[in-house]
Amino acid sequence: MKLKGSEILMECLLEQEVDTIFGYPGGTILNVYDSLVKYRDRINHILTAHEQGASHAADGYARSTGKVGVAFSTSGPGATNLTTGVATAYMDSSPVVFISCNVADNLIGKDSFQEVDSTGVMLPITKSNFQVTDVKKLAGTVRRAFAIARSGRPGPVFIDILKNVTAEEAEYEFIPKQKHKEAGVLKAVYDRNMVDYHKPEIDEDDINKLVEMIGESEKPMLICGGGVVRGRAHEEFNKFANLADSPTAVTVMGGGGMNGRNPLVTGMIGMHGSQASNIGVDECDLLIAVGCRFSDRVALDPETFAAKAKIVHIDIDRSEINKNVQTDHHIVGDAKRVLEKLNERLSQQDHSEWKKFVFSYPTETEYEDGGDTLNPKQLCSTIAKLMPEDTMVATDVGQHQMWAIQHFHFDYPGQLLTSGGFGTMGFGLGAAIGAKVGNPDKTVIHIAGDGSFRMNCNELTTVEHYKLPIITFVFNNGTLGMVRQWQNLIYKGNISETNMDRGPDFVKLAEAYGLKGRRVSNQEELADAIKDALASGSGYIIDCMLDIDEMVRPMVGGGSHITDFMRT
Amino acid sequence: MEKMEFAKRQTLALLVDNEPGVLSQIARLFSRKGYNIEAFAAGPTENPGVTRITIDVLADEPHTELLCNQLNKLYPVRSVKWLNAESSIYRELMLIKVKVSGSEQRNDVIQLANIFRAQIIDVSLETLTLGLAGDAEKLSAMEKILSEFETLEIARTGVVAIERGSATINDESKERGEFNYGKNVL
Repeated sequence: MKLKGSEILMECLLEQEVDTIFGYPGGTILNVYDSLVKYRDRINHILTAHEQGASHAADGYARSTGKVGVAFSTSGPGATNLTTGVATAYMDSSPVVFISCNVADNLIGKDSFQEVDSTGVMLPITKSNFQVTDVKKLAGTVRRAFAIARSGRPGPVFIDILKNVTAEEAEYEFIPKQKHKEAGVLKAVYDRNMVDYHKPEIDEDDINKLVEMIGESEKPMLICGGGVVRGRAHEEFNKFANLADSPTAVTVMGGGGMNGRNPLVTGMIGMHGSQASNIGVDECDLLIAVGCRFSDRVALDPETFAAKAKIVHIDIDRSEINKNVQTDHHIVGDAKRVLEKLNERLSQQDHSEWKKFVFSYPTETEYEDGGDTLNPKQLCSTIAKLMPEDTMVATDVGQHQMWAIQHFHFDYPGQLLTSGGFGTMGFGLGAAIGAKVGNPDKTVIHIAGDGSFRMNCNELTTVEHYKLPIITFVFNNGTLGMVRQWQNLIYKGNISETNMDRGPDFVKLAEAYGLKGRRVSNQEELADAIKDALASGSGYIIDCMLDIDEMVRPMVGGGSHITDFMRT
Repeated sequence: MEKMEFAKRQTLALLVDNEPGVLSQIARLFSRKGYNIEAFAAGPTENPGVTRITIDVLADEPHTELLCNQLNKLYPVRSVKWLNAESSIYRELMLIKVKVSGSEQRNDVIQLANIFRAQIIDVSLETLTLGLAGDAEKLSAMEKILSEFETLEIARTGVVAIERGSATINDESKERGEFNYGKNVL
C-alpha cells in the first residue's frame, strides 16, 4: 500500500499501540498534523501551551503508565523547546519518543527559517537519535526508535523527519509490534545481536554469590532505586526485602518501588535522607543497591560511602557499575528477573537486632507543631489523608519536592512522578497532565513550589481545556526555598535573588484560566479546600502558605560524609 | 587537573555501526568527559556496515576504564577493546614533503629515507615526498631528522592497532555480554 510519509508515521504509531500524543504544530510538521485529522478516532492529540509542557507530559505519561510516551514538535524553536524535557527524561531513564520535523531537503543546511541541527542538539541528551531523509526508511526508523526507547535501560529517542519526507509516498505494510523482530531494520539489529552477543541471561554464579553474601551478612541494607520503578519490579522487590529481612532506603527515583508502608522502609536516603537511612547505610556490612546509580545526591562522598560494607550493585546498565562507587559484586540484568531469581533461592533471614538499631533512628522528620499554621509535614499528611490512597503525585523541584517524597508513602511504580536526576523546575504540571491522560481513573495531584509553578503554569490552559481534574498544591513560602536554604546554611544568610515577593496571585490566576483556586494558611482551610477541590471535579489550585524560613531536614552537605547532618 | 596526573597515551579500538552521526556521538563523548582525542583513525572492516575506529587518548587507567564503559553503552558501538601496549601491534602512515635544493640535498634525503625504509612516493625539482609506515616513535624519529631540511607538509593517519596472536576484538567475554545486555532486550 502506498502512503504518504505523514501517514506512514501515523500507522507506525498505531503499530506501537500509541493512542496519545502530546504536541504542538508548526510550519515543518504541517503535513503530519494534516494527516492527524484522519487518525483522530484512534490517536488522541493533546495540544499543550508550550513544547516544554508537551515534553514533560509525554514523560509523565510514560512514567505513570510504563508505556512509551510520544511528543511532537515543529523544527527550530519547537525542537529546542523540547530539549529540557528530553534531558529530564534522559536523566531519569524514561522511555519517550520525541518526533520533530525539519525543513525540507532543498533548504537544509542553509540556515533556513526555523532550521536548527536538531539531532546535533539532542545528541548528548538522548539514548539514540535519527534524522529521516528518505521516506522509504521512515517506518524502519520509527520501529527502531520505539524498540530502543523501551529496551534495556529505557530512555528518550529523538526522530527528526525532513518536511519533504512527510509529503513523499512509499510502500508501507502494517506490521504489528510483536512481529518487528522478524522484519526489516529491526530484524537486522536483532539478528546481529543474536549472533554477536550473549543472550540476555542472568549469570547464575552471580546470583548464587549474592545469596551466599546475604546469608553471611548480619547487617544488610537495601537501596531501592529508579530501576525497580522502571522495571515494574515492586512486587519482587518487596518480597526480596522481606526475605532478606533488611532495612530498605528508597532513593528519590525509587519512590513506589517499595511499598511505602512496609515496616522495613527507612525513608529517603542521601542529602535529605532520613537518619535511619543514612546511618543504616553507614553502619551496614552488606549494601545491596538495585537500579540505583549512586548519584552525588545519594552517595554524597563516594570514598566514605558505606565504607564498612560490601557493596553489591544490581543494574541493567553495565556502565553504571563502578562509575560512582566502587563495588564488590555486581549483577547485570533486568531488576524484575534478577530479583525473581534471588527470591527463588533466598531463604527467610532474620535481622531483628540490626533492625532494632536502624529503626532507633527516625525515618521521618518531625516539625514543631506550628499550631494553626501549616508546616510541611502537616501539609503533606493532611493531603495524603484526604486523598485516595493510590493518588498519583507529580512534583516540581525544590523543597516541596523533598517534603512530598519524605512524607508521602508511595506504593506502586508510577505513583510518584518527579525529576530526580535533572532537577527540572516546572516539570510537575506537564507530568501531571500526562499522568492524568494516561490514567483517567486515578486521582492526580501536582505538588509545586511557588518558584517552580511560575515556570510552566501556562499549562493550566491545557488542564482547563481537556477538563483534567488535577489539583495543584502550591507550597507557597514566597521564596526559592531550596536556594534560600543553601544561602542560609552555606552562604551565611546572604540572601540573593531568591525572594519571590511578587505576583501573580495564584487564586486569581486559576480563575483567569477558568479554574478554581483557594488560598489556605491553616489546617482547617486546607481540609475544606481539598474537599471542595475533589467535589469540583475540575482543575484546582490550592495556594498553601508556608513560613519563608522552613527548611528541608535533615540535610547533609554535598560531598560530605552521609551521616554529617547539618544543624538546620 | 587531577585526572591527568597519571595520564598516559591509551589506545582504544572500537567496532561501530557505519551510520550517520556515529563519529560525532563518539567524539562528543570524549569532549563531554573532558578528554582530548590525540589520534583518531576510522576505516572499513571485513564486515560491511561496520567501521573500525582506533582512538588514542591521554588518560589514567581508571578514567580509561570509565571511558570504555561509556563507549560500550552507546547504541551503535558493537565492541570496545582497550589495547595493551605489550600485546598489540601499532602502525601509522606518514607522508612528508621535504624541500630539496640541488642534488646533494636530494641524495641526503634519499639516503635517510633508505635508512628508515621509507618510500619515495613523489618527486619534483624542488621537493621529495616520502611515505613511511611504522609505530609512532619511528615516524617521529624520521620527522625529527628530516627537520634538518625544510619540511613543507606532513600528513599522518593516526595510529591503527591490532592485538598479537589469536585474540580479536570480536572475542566474547562475560563483560561484553553484560554491556550488550541492554541493547539486546529489543
